[in-house]
Amino acid sequence: MTTAVESLPRHRGSPATRAWAFVRHHTLTFFGILALAYLMLPIVVVIVFSFNDPAGRFNYTWEGFTTAHWTNPFGPPFLGDAVQTSIQIALVATVVATVLGTLVALALVRYYFRGRGATNFLIFVPLTAPEIVLGASLLTLFLNLGAALGFWTIVIAHIMFCISFVVVTVRARLVGFDRHVEEAAMDLGANEYVTFFRITLPLIAPGILAGALLAFSLSIDDFVITSFNSGTTTTFPLYVWSAAQRGVPAEVNVIGTMIFGVAIVLMLVNILLQWRRNPKGAV
Amino acid sequence: MSFLHRHRWLTPYLLLAPGIAFLILFFVVPLYYLGYTSLQEGTVQVGYTFNWAWDNYSEAFSTYREQFYRSLQYAGIATVIALLISYPLTYWIAFRGGRWKNLLLLFIIAPFFVTYLIRTLAWQNILSDDGFVVNALQFLGLVADDGRVLATSTAVIAGITYNFLPFMALPLYVSIEQIDKSLIEAAKDLYASSTKAFLRVTLPLSMPGVIAGTLLTFIPAAGDFINAELLGTPNQAMIGNVIQSKFLEITDYGQAAALSVILMTVILLLIAVYTRILGTERMAG
Repeated sequence: MTTAVESLPRHRGSPATRAWAFVRHHTLTFFGILALAYLMLPIVVVIVFSFNDPAGRFNYTWEGFTTAHWTNPFGPPFLGDAVQTSIQIALVATVVATVLGTLVALALVRYYFRGRGATNFLIFVPLTAPEIVLGASLLTLFLNLGAALGFWTIVIAHIMFCISFVVVTVRARLVGFDRHVEEAAMDLGANEYVTFFRITLPLIAPGILAGALLAFSLSIDDFVITSFNSGTTTTFPLYVWSAAQRGVPAEVNVIGTMIFGVAIVLMLVNILLQWRRNPKGAV
Repeated sequence: MSFLHRHRWLTPYLLLAPGIAFLILFFVVPLYYLGYTSLQEGTVQVGYTFNWAWDNYSEAFSTYREQFYRSLQYAGIATVIALLISYPLTYWIAFRGGRWKNLLLLFIIAPFFVTYLIRTLAWQNILSDDGFVVNALQFLGLVADDGRVLATSTAVIAGITYNFLPFMALPLYVSIEQIDKSLIEAAKDLYASSTKAFLRVTLPLSMPGVIAGTLLTFIPAAGDFINAELLGTPNQAMIGNVIQSKFLEITDYGQAAALSVILMTVILLLIAVYTRILGTERMAG
């Protein structure tokens, strides 16, 4: 564990002592940069190998630069369909989970009621349960009921694990909400419904949007729970899984890079907005 | 509307109803069916019947004890390594990040934006037999000239560590960030060395983050099967691999469900012991 000194070295010594002081002072920074590089390494590999021109089925060794995969990312059979299915599932799951989750968050922050503790517990447990148990238990439900596995069982599974994430995200935004604004609207003659749609909703919209984006990205990325409840339906992660056995086409790297790019741009915009609101960055 | 006005106490329940009903139907009820299935016997051909088949449990545990221990061992090692990497990293961002804090945090979350399977396949690539990592390790003599990293427990643990590291780093960052820096200065004013100030002030104050981070890393890691499948061989199979293949390939539903119940129970027991030792009330925050 490095506990690098907080202050600059005060006294000068021989070059060796000064070098040691320099190292000591910058150990933490050095380690931090190294750790960030480690986190970035696989991402760089994914992006770089989206431009590779693999000789055989396996995209492991660098063979040469090509943009062919970028000009036709949905070239390999079934890949386009899988991506399309993933997006459809993510859209439906996001809308439903966001609506249900926001309502639960509103109830939890705004009201004191019997069963509040139990509700909090029910929201918390799915966040901590291993995914494989969530997937397996849903499968046993569908098996025992004789339900046909496919698009809709995947949608149900995704809504289930997204609700808790939406509740947690929206609740975090609701806690800092100034209720005087609502009271002012009511004093000015607005009824509860007008107040909710004209005042409350626009104010908590950023929180709801954050929850929806989280739900969307969780849904589009999910493999474990989906694999248990998919039947013969193929999502993008399921496609990658089956392709992994016989060699993943470089187009998968292209789509992975695209998803990564969209998410990063959204996050950077968010950070820039925070900087503009609060230039010192003390968030 | 007038009905709602007369019964205002109903409002929170009406808001909760759809979401909670969904969770009960598709989270709680399935757990019941998991238990129910774990006591069934049969095959796909003849069908499954419920007959209190406790044999599923004893057989599952005696046959797959090795995979159970391996899952806990891999998850434990990965959790410790993730903590050793995340602590200095988040400490650095929280105390030295300045206005770049949020941007540096983005680096920690960034792996989440690459599909799980794709980033694990990238590790397959990085650790491959003639990749630069293996070459460097061979040059340093850490790996034999004909040795490999891929398809060993090292590769599986490395993959698990990488994939779940953000779960460790984020709660850790939140609790280190909240530490009042004047407390550390006060300790130093009172002649504590940097090391002592860290051990007596910073570390105890960051414990909630350490606890949350280790739990959030260990739990998914213990149930994982993707890293063992893509970076290991059947010799590195974890309990997740057994559950997955029994459900989806062999259709031995009774034992598969029994294994899932055992996994869930072991994890809950570990959490209980762990939080008992380290103090529960800290976790609430």
